[in-house]
Amino acid sequence: MDMTEEATPPAAGPGRPDFLAVRNLDFFYGKKQALFDINMDIPENQVTAFIGPSGCGKSTLLRNFNRMNELIDGVRHTGDIRLLGQSIFDRSVEVIALRRSVGMVFQKSNPFPKSIYENVVYGLRISGQNSRAVLDEAAERSLRAAALWDEAKDRLHESALGLSGGQMQRLCIARAIANRPKVLLMDEPCSALDPIATVKVEELIHELKQEFTIVIVTHNMQQATRTSDKTAFFYLGKLIEFADTHRIFSNPGQKQTEDYITGRFG
Amino acid sequence: METSLTGFFESSKAEASNVAARSLRNRILSWACIGLSLLTLVPLASILYLLLKNGLPLLSLSVFTGLPPAAGMAGGGFGNAILGTLVMVGLGLLAAAPLGILSAIYINEYGPTTRLAQAVRIVAKLLTGIPSIICGVFAFAVVVSTAGGFSAYAGGAALAVLMLPTILLTSEQALIGVQGTYREASYGLGATKFQTIVRIVLPDALPAIMTGIMLAVARAAGETAPLLFTALFSQFWAKSLAEPTASLSVLIYNFATVPYAHQIELAWTASLVLVAFVTLANVTAQLAFSKKN
Repeated sequence: MDMTEEATPPAAGPGRPDFLAVRNLDFFYGKKQALFDINMDIPENQVTAFIGPSGCGKSTLLRNFNRMNELIDGVRHTGDIRLLGQSIFDRSVEVIALRRSVGMVFQKSNPFPKSIYENVVYGLRISGQNSRAVLDEAAERSLRAAALWDEAKDRLHESALGLSGGQMQRLCIARAIANRPKVLLMDEPCSALDPIATVKVEELIHELKQEFTIVIVTHNMQQATRTSDKTAFFYLGKLIEFADTHRIFSNPGQKQTEDYITGRFG
Repeated sequence: METSLTGFFESSKAEASNVAARSLRNRILSWACIGLSLLTLVPLASILYLLLKNGLPLLSLSVFTGLPPAAGMAGGGFGNAILGTLVMVGLGLLAAAPLGILSAIYINEYGPTTRLAQAVRIVAKLLTGIPSIICGVFAFAVVVSTAGGFSAYAGGAALAVLMLPTILLTSEQALIGVQGTYREASYGLGATKFQTIVRIVLPDALPAIMTGIMLAVARAAGETAPLLFTALFSQFWAKSLAEPTASLSVLIYNFATVPYAHQIELAWTASLVLVAFVTLANVTAQLAFSKKN
C-alpha cells in the first residue's frame, strides 16, 4: 500500500542527527497533560513533518521548540529539549536569543502593519542592528530566499498589508529567516493559502532546507510526502511513529499510523 | 375574487383587512421613529441657533486679544480666558495622559488578571462618575491649601483628575484592540515585551488612544465646577502659572449672571467660542485619528 506517488528518498546529507533533541518531554496546560513522554531526534538540514489528527499535540510540541508556550499562563513541563546539545530551558538561556535561533512561521500569516522592508528587518532592528547597509542587504537576501524579491523590490516601502495571502506568508518566511535562525518552525504554513500559493511555499521549503533545519506541522498528508524527509505521527499527545517519510507512508510500523494515513480516522 | 378592499394578491376579505391593518401600523410606526429622531435634533439645533444668533455679533479679533471689561464698561474681550483654558487643559493633560496610558499598558500588557490590574480598572470606572466639583475640591485640598493660593496649577490638577479615568479606560480599549497576532509575531522574532509594546502595540493603538485623549480634552475644556475654587478667575493676562487664572467656562459663569447687557453678550460669544473649540476637538478626533486600514 504505497501512499507516495514520488517517494522522497531518505536524505543522505551529513549533518547532526540530533540537531534538535527531545528527551522525556511531558507537557501540561494547567492540569491537562498534552504531551506524554516524547523522545525524538530531529536531524539537521532536513525537513521533518509532524502529522496527526486535530488535538494530537503536534502544534504544542512545535511551540515548545521556541518556548512560545510560555506566553500562556499555567503551562509546565518535565523533561528536556536540546538544540545542538544545549538545553533550551536552562536558566542561562535567554529566551529572546533562543527565539532568534529558532524562528517560526504561523498558520495565518501575520505581517506587522508596517512596510514590507520594515517587516523583514524587524528581527534585526530589535537586536540592535540599525545600519542601513546591513539592513538593506539582509532584506534583499531574505526576500530572495523567500522567492518574494521580484514581486516586492519595487514596493519595499509600501504597506505589507497590501500583499496577497500567499505573498504575505512568504513575507513572514522572509522575516523569520532574516534572523538567520538555525531551525525554522512552520505551523501549517499553507493551510490558509490557495493551491498555487501552496506550491510556491512548498518549493520554497525545498530550497530552504539546504540552509535551515525545518520542522513543519501539517494536516495535509500529501504535503508531508511532497516536502519532508522524515515524518512523525502523533496521536493523543504521544509520538506513535517517527521514520523516513517514504517508509511511514509506504510501510508504517504501527497500526494506528496505518489507520490514520489510509484515512480510517482523521 | 373581491376587488374592492383587496389588492391583487390577497385571497379573501379577511386577509385583505389584516394586510391593510398591518401596513397601516407599519407606516405609522416608521413615521413615528422618523419624527422622534427629528425631535431629538431640535434641542441641539436650537442651542446652535441661539449660540450663533447671540454670539456672532460680538465675535471679532478683539475677543481673542482683549481683556474682560469691568462692570458696565464696553469693549474688551476674553483672550486671557481662552489662553487660560488652553493652558490648564494642557497642564492637566501633561499629568493625566502619561499616567493613564502607562497604567493602561500595565493593565493590558503586563497583568490583565492580576489583582492590581483589576483594582485599577474598578477604581477608574468609579472615577469616571465622579462629580466634577469633587475634582475641584480635591485639587483645592491638595494644591490650593498647601500652596496657599489659587493657581493655574490647581486648575490643571483638577482637570487632570477629571481626565485621567477616561484616558486610562479608552487607552486600555485601544490596546485590547490591537491584534494578538502582532504580539505573537513579535515575540516569535525574539523581541522583548518592552520592544513589542513600543514598536508594535503602541503605534497600532495610537489612533484610538488619541481619540480618547481628544474626547477627554473636549470634556475638560467645558467644565466650570473644577475651576471655580482652584483657578478662580482673573481680569488680566496671567503672568505666571502660580496665580489665579481666567478660563472660558468661569468667564461665562461670571458674565451670564451680571445685569450688564454687554457682559451678557460677551458671555454668549464666549459660549460660542467654547462650543466651537469642543466641536473642533471632537471632529479632529474622528477624522484625523481614524484607522486607515
